[in-house]
Amino acid sequence: MAVELIKERKTVAMTGNQAIAEAMRQINYDVVAAYPISPQTELMGFFAEYLANGLVDTEFVTVESEHSAMSAVIGAAASGARAMTATASQGLLYMYENLPIASNWRLPITMVLVNRAISAPLNIHCDHGDAMTARDSGWIQLFSENSQEAYHNLIMAVKIAEKALLPTIVNMEGYIVSHTIGNVNLLTDKEVQEFIGESDWRKNVPHPLLDTDNPVTYGATALPDYYTELKYQQHEATFEAKKYVKEVLAEFNELAGTNYDIIEPYKLEDADFAIVVMGSTAGVARTAADILREQGIKAGVLKIRLFRPFPVEEIVDALKHLKAVAVLDRHDSMNALASPLFQDLAASMYHLPEKPLLHDFIYGLGGREVTVEDMLKAFNRVINLYTGKETRNRFVEYLQVRE
Amino acid sequence: MAKRKKFVNIPVLTHLAEESHQWPYENPLAPGHRMCPGCSIPPIVNMILLEYGKDTVAGSNTGCLEVTTGVFPYTAWTVPWIHVAFENNPAVLSGAEAAYKAFKKKGKIDKEIHFVSINGDGGTYDIGFQALSGAAERNHNILYVCYNNEGYQNTGYQRSSATPIGAFTKTTPVGSKIVGKEEKRKDLTLIMAAHEIPYTAQANPFNYKDFTRKIRKSKDVKGFKFINVLQSCTLSWRTKPEEAFRALKLATESLYWPLYEVIEGRFWRINVKPSKPKPIEDYIAMQPRWRHVLKMPQVLDKIKEEIYTKWDYLLRMEKLSKELAEDLGFTLDEIFEMSWDEYQEKVKPKLKEKTYLS
Repeated sequence: MAVELIKERKTVAMTGNQAIAEAMRQINYDVVAAYPISPQTELMGFFAEYLANGLVDTEFVTVESEHSAMSAVIGAAASGARAMTATASQGLLYMYENLPIASNWRLPITMVLVNRAISAPLNIHCDHGDAMTARDSGWIQLFSENSQEAYHNLIMAVKIAEKALLPTIVNMEGYIVSHTIGNVNLLTDKEVQEFIGESDWRKNVPHPLLDTDNPVTYGATALPDYYTELKYQQHEATFEAKKYVKEVLAEFNELAGTNYDIIEPYKLEDADFAIVVMGSTAGVARTAADILREQGIKAGVLKIRLFRPFPVEEIVDALKHLKAVAVLDRHDSMNALASPLFQDLAASMYHLPEKPLLHDFIYGLGGREVTVEDMLKAFNRVINLYTGKETRNRFVEYLQVRE
Repeated sequence: MAKRKKFVNIPVLTHLAEESHQWPYENPLAPGHRMCPGCSIPPIVNMILLEYGKDTVAGSNTGCLEVTTGVFPYTAWTVPWIHVAFENNPAVLSGAEAAYKAFKKKGKIDKEIHFVSINGDGGTYDIGFQALSGAAERNHNILYVCYNNEGYQNTGYQRSSATPIGAFTKTTPVGSKIVGKEEKRKDLTLIMAAHEIPYTAQANPFNYKDFTRKIRKSKDVKGFKFINVLQSCTLSWRTKPEEAFRALKLATESLYWPLYEVIEGRFWRINVKPSKPKPIEDYIAMQPRWRHVLKMPQVLDKIKEEIYTKWDYLLRMEKLSKELAEDLGFTLDEIFEMSWDEYQEKVKPKLKEKTYLS
């Protein structure tokens, strides 16, 4: 630990980017690779200031592209370092080639994804396009509702990644969370260090590259006779990861007094209708649910914190008794079927003898503001679909298109 | 007609035998790898690792070396080695080197570990150029060696920007309308010298002593170093395996592949100056992939223009460097022979004195 700054817990008003930079400082990563892209850019700028003032002793590699950022982080993690990077949108797409490599290699990398829409059109504002593009990369993915959750998620992600031995993404919505001020309860520097434990390069990964007495080969080619088995091991690891996430969340709740779980139900126990959502829109959805409750409609909200691996059992348990569910997808898969969250839910519930009506709403694209009216519109649409008052010829519709 | 000598490189074998006792197998690259007969990659890699020793982390981009040495569940690498993708090994080793520095600073590791990235020309000149340039600019303490076989050989020989003009490749075939590659080679060694990295060199596995000396020098230099090594490819050049080293010898003797070294883009020294350069036609004749240009005077002329004007350029750069060295009170050879630390202590201050505006 370079310099101990926070010796007592305190609450500070911070944006998501500031909160993440603060978490990075307290974690004191061995290696951080940085390449700018809106809306992540200032995050690394804050961290660079900590570095320039000697507050951390991180090796900061200012690479020449996002592809190199992930490459450098892979090289560092394989060497046994606690390593991270952050990016968004096109940057994630540019480094995508390396993501499945990191996950097949079981490297405990953490990455902050400041969710931003994918081109075209070019748009620097928030939607989940980048996170969704990475959904098959084999990485663990957590979503954050606000600066507080972003801060906590990154601290937990370090431990999750090292326990599950799978790289982990912390999603944080661009501008809506990254640049918006919220209250953040900060832990002390010591508490964060104790929670994540000391970084031991001989122990962070099972086979560190720097151990020249026990040389290893990373990146062998696997021909048809071995490829399947090497993927199967990763497959099983992905299923196992959920239990490690739950363990770490429970440990963290004890430390911080939070109540985190992999999903967050809101008034769902007796609900008939619900919105399923990830990220900051959960707050807006909860307000809408409250309004409907006052009107006598049993509405609820399911916020998903752990998106990958997809927590099938928990989500099915939370939703199976409902009459209808409005799924909110902040990304369009452009597949003439429906978007990712809908697909995950539909697949999870397909085999139930009785299941809710599911309808997919594409919302909030390119940073489009999401209002309570939008949420009420979604609720009312599924209610009417359920009662038969309205019909549909597709599973998916745009919630906010201006005709 | 004189009987052709077969080339068995005795000095290489002797050196290998001397250094081999510290390695688990007779070479740093264990036997059983899948390289083609006549491929000069194994000697190149072994020469590098013999000089650098066991405390070296090596890496490669996707390519011939990678695919022939690491097929699960076997590996030929007796040092730690990492391969991630096609274009990013310098970035990967930048991260590994950063991790090493982080641990060293915190006292968590005390060994001295070297980092060596060994890649083909495809992954260096073209797709890997960005990562190479980035790592060079950040001056990581990494040796980058390009084994230049002048094409994408692993995929069956397609043109790269290192392929010479007129050469046949699968993407620049010899046809009735277009005859071979239409562009001349990119001179990557010059580009890397222009990055003003501590040490840049061009080498030839045939000139074994020179190559080994360059490897040794690179180990002493702190910061980013780049060596471009010509490498004969049996399958694509179609030179007979037993003739490979003879072709490599001709490459330098014909001035096609000059051997030189550059310190910080400032001091240039040519290592081999053939008193009577061999005709380029002799070198071309040894490569069936390129032989057809002997019947194409315009292309042959372009080739000669390229190599002779380049040779002239290098001679002039060396002359200027000699003058600069003498102005500072050294011979050019002294500057190249002294250790890196000595160079920093003795030459750099004089250079500043000489060149700062007062």
